[in-house]
Amino acid sequence: MSFTSNMSGPYLRENSSVSRIMLLVMAALVPVTAYGFYLFGWPAIILFCVTLGSAVFFEVICLLLAKRSVLKFSLDGSGILTAWLLALSLPPWAPWWIAVLGSGIAIIIAKQIFGGLGQNVFNPAMVARVALLISFPLEMTHFIQPVPFLSESAPSFIDSLTIIFGGGDFDAVSSASLLDFIKTEVGQGATLDQIMAGHYQPGNWLLGNSVSSMGEGSALLIITGGIALMFLRVTSWYIPVSTLISITLFATVFNMMDGARYPDAMVHLLSGATMLGAFFIATDPVTSPVTPKGQIIFGAGLGALVFIIRTWAAYPEGMAFAILLMNAMTPLIDRYVRPRIFGRTRKGEPIDIQEKS
Amino acid sequence: MKLFHIKGGVNLKGRKEMTSGKDVILDLPMPDLLHIPVQQHIGTPAGPLVEVGDYVLKGQLIADGMGFVSAPIHAPASGTILRIGEYPVAHPSGLPVMTITLEPDGLDEWIELPKPLDPETASSKEIAERVSKAGIVGMGGATFPSAIKLNLGDQYDLDMLVINGAECEPYLTCDDRLMRERPETTVKGISVIMKALDISKALVAIEKNKPGAFQAMEKAAVDYDNITIVDVPARYPMGSEKHLVQALTGRETPAAGLTAELGVVVHNVATAFAVYGAVYHGRPLISRVVTVSGGAINNPANYYVLVGTPVSCLIEASGGYKEKPARLLMGGPMMGQPILNNVVPIVKGSSGVIALSSAEIEERKAMPCIRCGGCVAVCPCGLVPLEMAARIGHDDLEGASKIGLKDCVGCGSCSYICPAHIPLVQYFNYAKGSLKAQDARKKKQEKTKILVDSKNLRKEEIKRARKEKLAKQKADAVKAKQDQEVKNTKDTL
Repeated sequence: MSFTSNMSGPYLRENSSVSRIMLLVMAALVPVTAYGFYLFGWPAIILFCVTLGSAVFFEVICLLLAKRSVLKFSLDGSGILTAWLLALSLPPWAPWWIAVLGSGIAIIIAKQIFGGLGQNVFNPAMVARVALLISFPLEMTHFIQPVPFLSESAPSFIDSLTIIFGGGDFDAVSSASLLDFIKTEVGQGATLDQIMAGHYQPGNWLLGNSVSSMGEGSALLIITGGIALMFLRVTSWYIPVSTLISITLFATVFNMMDGARYPDAMVHLLSGATMLGAFFIATDPVTSPVTPKGQIIFGAGLGALVFIIRTWAAYPEGMAFAILLMNAMTPLIDRYVRPRIFGRTRKGEPIDIQEKS
Repeated sequence: MKLFHIKGGVNLKGRKEMTSGKDVILDLPMPDLLHIPVQQHIGTPAGPLVEVGDYVLKGQLIADGMGFVSAPIHAPASGTILRIGEYPVAHPSGLPVMTITLEPDGLDEWIELPKPLDPETASSKEIAERVSKAGIVGMGGATFPSAIKLNLGDQYDLDMLVINGAECEPYLTCDDRLMRERPETTVKGISVIMKALDISKALVAIEKNKPGAFQAMEKAAVDYDNITIVDVPARYPMGSEKHLVQALTGRETPAAGLTAELGVVVHNVATAFAVYGAVYHGRPLISRVVTVSGGAINNPANYYVLVGTPVSCLIEASGGYKEKPARLLMGGPMMGQPILNNVVPIVKGSSGVIALSSAEIEERKAMPCIRCGGCVAVCPCGLVPLEMAARIGHDDLEGASKIGLKDCVGCGSCSYICPAHIPLVQYFNYAKGSLKAQDARKKKQEKTKILVDSKNLRKEEIKRARKEKLAKQKADAVKAKQDQEVKNTKDTL
């Protein structure tokens, strides 16, 4: 009896796979997504389905054009996860073409043109979000007050189809997001005390019952999902924790210097895309550093950029921009931040023999 | 005892329960033929001393060590030499190796063995000499001739002996069983090694998943104050020499260096047992304990096996295959070698024959790397496996070498956890092999260049010498003429 394959070992493997990782991340996103559906009703569900459906469609087309295995790569879950994250970052009642365009940008331009799974430098969902935000600022900042299912103002399924596909007016109370509101008002010389009166309800943000993108509202549910992923060893704490600490430090220092202009750390942490970004998007393995130290640097830089963009740049929300900028830094970080090799100094020389104890 | 942290590593399922509870089977039927490769160790192959048709006794020297790093080979049974020629062995190249084939006569008649040494009175040199003559090599798999390691005291200031009983590879239980069934003799062997090295402190490291071995060894070593049994965490690759030393002492061996530079010498527990046999009974190394296990084997067990026994005999003794094995391996499933043909023989370094079922290996197609960093986290050598693999994938072997390819011990932790199922170790072995070949070519070229240069130099020298000679002759002639003229003038005057 003889065997032909002489491939090197090991001949055992841990029971893990790329699609398992993607599935677990999606599972961790289910609570916050479901809550988003509840808050924003049928239109949100329809928009979500359109985003995911079009992403799969674009992915299959790209794989066919590239003559790669459609089955292997369209079912790995990465494309669906990208679309999922994109959908969560869209205004919940955005028109259908925003979703389709976003998916197209994410899958075709940001992922497949770079070479598909694992090859992209930038996080595809964030590329799409930024591209949409710059191209269609009106649609991308058209937020609404939550209209939970079963509430009087919740639109019916048919109305919802009109909202997403009809492009007509919808009578929900549209509103600016808090960060947007702060930016505008502070720009006009108001102090934070005046602005925040009636708006600042940290409890609501924690739960997510606030004006926000589809899945960025409930910090509590996002943190729960994120921590679950850490326990499952899908992600590690380095990026989320360093990001949040970095934002907190910047926000607190500036808030202490001038409390009338700079909102405190809680506002930064609980509003906008902070939590979703820190726990689910910045941790995208493909576009973040591979070493723990590199990840901490990545998170610290990300937090700083988020604060800087939110505070001084033209846009009220900085997470997407900050992630893309840090994505660009990732190869550099990975080049210079490496573990120390066993038996060698950081410079790569064999270590001196330590004094015997 | 306080242990020290080592970086990385993976928690493997031990899968040792299939064989760990059963006594070693001592009466394996004598195979029809024994195939004894002359290279069962790292270094120069041994040189055969017998010819086809010769009758040899059990324990007789049939091939002698050649040069400094080599080891002699002894006949595992009495019988007739049937053939000396190339024969397949368990090596990834699949290339045959010079092998002596012996037909046992079934009498198992021993040659007169050298007299036992008294470890109390024997000198270090005598013990090392005996171990060298017995053909003992590192039995954990590295197969480095043990006697050389017993002489390390000449060059290094040694203060600790570490006996490696970690046995971190899944399935393997040969060291476990040895420690449980022969603890006293093993401890005696350890004591002899300490004597040879003139070291007063020995640690025996046993992974926590072998409480039976730990207790047996602790009991056997109770009268030896200077031998301590230590249970180390069951975390792969705890049995890696340099990592084990770090876990026990907190000291890190320099890259490309030896643990001896730290004053520590590491021997495998089975080697200590073999040393006992050589010193107390004069026995050469001709047999060892081998684990036969894996999901495709009917009755997994440990056997006391003669060197040269074909793998097929062990499979047969274990009741054959339950199902067609997806992989047949020599050694453990993490670092073992694939067996391409089950006629290959057991050698001194064979710790196990593992037949894995397809359910066990879960072979899956490789996906692109998603840079999850898992390999970085588990690498015990502080490498970035994903980047090395990427560079090798682009044929940038030098680049891979620059970021630490040569520091890779090939433990396979990275491949084990990779969610994209990328065969990282395969990449590294390929690159290491290619670089080695390049190196050899370069060395050969350099050697050729030196030879050519020296030849040219010699030619030039000859030319110069001839020129000088000619010039001298000319000068002499001129001088003679002048002298003559002077003389003539004088004469005229």
